[in-house]
Amino acid sequence: MNTMNPSIAAKANMQDQGAEIPVPADRPEDTIIEEGRTVGKPFVDDPKFKLRNVSVSYGSDRAIKDISLDIGRNEVISFIGPSGCGKSTFLRCLNRMNDSIDICRVEGQLLLDDEDVYHSKRDVVELRARVGMVFQKPNPFPKSIYDNVAYGPRIHGLANRKSDLDEIVENSLRKAGLWEEAKDRLDSVATGMSGGQQQRLCIARAIAVSPEVILMDEPCSALDPIATAKVEELISEMSESYTIVIVTHSMQQAARVSRRTAYFHLGHLVEVNETDKVFTSPEHQLTESYITGRFG
Amino acid sequence: MSDQSAQAEIVRNSLKRRYRKERRFRLYGILAIFIALASLFILFADIIGKGHTGFVKTTITLEVVLDSELMYLDDPTDADQRSMADFSAPIIAALQEHFPEADSAGEKRELGRLIGTYAASEIRDLLIAKPDLLNSTQSIEFPAHDRVSVYVKHPDNSQYSIKLSEQQQRWVDELLEKGVIDTSFNDVLFSRGDSREPANAGVLGAIVGSLLTMLVTLAIAFPVGVAAAVYLEEFAPQNKITDFIEVNINNLAAVPSIIFGLLGLAVFIGLFGMPRSVPVLGGMVLALMTLPTIIISSRAAIKSVPPSIREAAEGIGASKMQVVLHHVVPLAMPGMLTGSIIGMAQALGETAPLLLIGMVAFIVDVPGGFLDSATVLPVQIYLWASSSEQGFVELASAAIMVLLTFMIIMNALAIWLRKRLERRW
Repeated sequence: MNTMNPSIAAKANMQDQGAEIPVPADRPEDTIIEEGRTVGKPFVDDPKFKLRNVSVSYGSDRAIKDISLDIGRNEVISFIGPSGCGKSTFLRCLNRMNDSIDICRVEGQLLLDDEDVYHSKRDVVELRARVGMVFQKPNPFPKSIYDNVAYGPRIHGLANRKSDLDEIVENSLRKAGLWEEAKDRLDSVATGMSGGQQQRLCIARAIAVSPEVILMDEPCSALDPIATAKVEELISEMSESYTIVIVTHSMQQAARVSRRTAYFHLGHLVEVNETDKVFTSPEHQLTESYITGRFG
Repeated sequence: MSDQSAQAEIVRNSLKRRYRKERRFRLYGILAIFIALASLFILFADIIGKGHTGFVKTTITLEVVLDSELMYLDDPTDADQRSMADFSAPIIAALQEHFPEADSAGEKRELGRLIGTYAASEIRDLLIAKPDLLNSTQSIEFPAHDRVSVYVKHPDNSQYSIKLSEQQQRWVDELLEKGVIDTSFNDVLFSRGDSREPANAGVLGAIVGSLLTMLVTLAIAFPVGVAAAVYLEEFAPQNKITDFIEVNINNLAAVPSIIFGLLGLAVFIGLFGMPRSVPVLGGMVLALMTLPTIIISSRAAIKSVPPSIREAAEGIGASKMQVVLHHVVPLAMPGMLTGSIIGMAQALGETAPLLLIGMVAFIVDVPGGFLDSATVLPVQIYLWASSSEQGFVELASAAIMVLLTFMIIMNALAIWLRKRLERRW
C-alpha cells in the first residue's frame, strides 16, 4: 500500500475504519454500505490489474458502484456474492466483454500492466488475446476438438506451420488435463463430449493463445462434482503461470482454489481478504452473514 | 367433514365440465386439420383427374408412300418446288388405304382432318433432312388432330364436346380397332416448347425458361439478401435509420407482386432499356420480390445462433468480422438456405409480375440462354388455361402437376438441407 497515491491511501484508511462501524447483526440486508468503502486488503504490490473507482451502469441503472481493487500477478482471486451483486459484470469489464452491450457504460480507471484497458486507441482483440475467458456454460464451437483449440492460434497467427499448431494444441490439451482423453478423437465433434470435458476444452482453448490472465465466470456451475473437482485441480495447477479471476457461487470452491476472496454486495465491493481470513474471521458483518448462509 | 365432501362434489362437477371443454377444443382442432387436408385432397384430385390425360398422346401411325407425283415434287432440296408441293396428299392417300370407299373431295378433306395440323410440315421437314427418302414407303407416327384426341380420350365426358362428324367417328373407331390410332406416353410434352396445336405443345420451353429465371433470381437475391441480413443484424448501429430500413423491408414483403412487375417495366425496360421477355429481366424482377423473404428469414437464422458461441469467439479475441464469418454465418446457413429455397419456390410460382415484363409472349423455341425470349411454367399454365382448344385444358393441368412436382422437390430440398446441416449444441 505504500506505492499508493495519497487520496487512495486516505480512502483505504477510511475503509479500515469502516469495519468498526457497528452493524445490526440481525438485519444484514438493511446495512447501509458507503460507496467506495471496502474493508480488508484490496490493494497489493505490483498488481497485474489495477482498478480504481470503477463504476458500471446499464442506462440509468448502476450495477457496479465505485469499486477499487488490485489483482496480483499469478494469483487466483475469487469473486463471491449473492446473485445480481455485479460480480459477473465486474469480471466482464476486465476484458471488455461488455462492449457489445450498447447501453453499458464503464467509468473509472482499469489498468492492465499500467496500460488503460478502456483507452480509446486500445485494440480489444489484442486485449482479449491477453485476457482470456471461460464461461459459465461450456461453449465449444460445433467443430472438431482440434479446431476448437486451434482456432485462437489460427486467428492470431501464432503458428506458421502445421507442426507448430499441432504442438500448441497438444500442449494446451495437456495443460487442461484433456490430452489423454482426447488424443485419439481430435477430429470428432467437440459438442459430443461430456459437460466436464467440454469445459476443460474451453479452458484449453483459452490457454492456447497463451493469455496472461484467465477470467472464469462460474466455470463449474453446470458441472457435476467429479468434473468440478477436475476443473478445480486444473485451476490450482494453472495458478503457477496465470493470473486467474474466478466468479463462483460455491464458497467451498472459492476456499479451495483462491488465495484472495472478494465479497460483492449489491454492486459494492464489501470485503477483500486472504481467503482463509474471509471464511474464518470476516471483517464485515455482511460478509459474515453471507458465508454463514443467512442470505444469498 | 361434510364441508370437505361438499367441496369435493363441486370439484367433481367442474371436472366434467372441464373435460367436456377440452374434448370440444380438440374437436375444433381436428376439424380444422380435416378441412385443410380435404381442401388439399380435392385440389389434387381435381388437378390429377383433369390433367392425367395430358400425359397421354393420341397418335396415328400410317404407311406413307412419299410419291413424288402425288406431291408434285421432284427435288426436295429445291425451295421453289417445295413451296408449290402438296405434302398432305401422301397422308390422305395413306388414310384412304384404310377407307377405299371415301374418294370424294369432301370425304378426303374430312379424312385429312383426322391428322394434326402440322402433319404436312412434318413430312416436308423429313424430306428436307433426308431427300433420298422420296418415292420410298415410310411408317410414320403422326399426332392425331385435337378433335380425334378428345374423342379417343374422353368418349363419355360431358365436359368435352365431340366435334367429329358421325362419319369421322366411325373412321376413328375402325382405326382404333386396327391399332392405327393408338395412345401412348406424351413425350412431346417434355421435349418441345409451346405450340398453337395441343398435340405439338410441350412444357420444356417453360421449364427451361423457369430454370434460367430462377438461376438469375438466386444469383442476385441470395448474396444480396444474406449480406443485407448480416449487416442489419451484426453491424448496423441501433438508430432511427436502421429502424426505418427494417420497417421498410418488412413492408416490402407485403407488397403485391404485380407492383414489382410495374417496377421492372418502368425501371429495367423503360430506364435501362433492357430487352423484354428474357430470363435475365424476369430473374431480376423476381429477385426484388424474393429479397425481403430471404432477408427476414436470414435475420431470424442469425438471431437463433446462440450468444454463447459469439461470446466464445469474442473471448478468444476474434474480431467482429471473424466472429461473423467463422461462426455466425456458418451456423445460420441452414436457416438462410431454407428461407431462400422457400422464397425461390414462391418466385417459381409467380405469374403477375412476369406478365408485365412481356414473359407472357407465345414462344415456340426452347430458350437457349439468359437473353433468349422465354416464358415460365406458371405463365405457360395461364396461357393454356385461357386457350380455346379443348386439348389445352388437360395440358394446363398436366403443366400444373409438373410445377407442383418442382415445388415439392424444392420444399423437400429445404427440409433435407435443414435436417442435414442443422447442428445441435
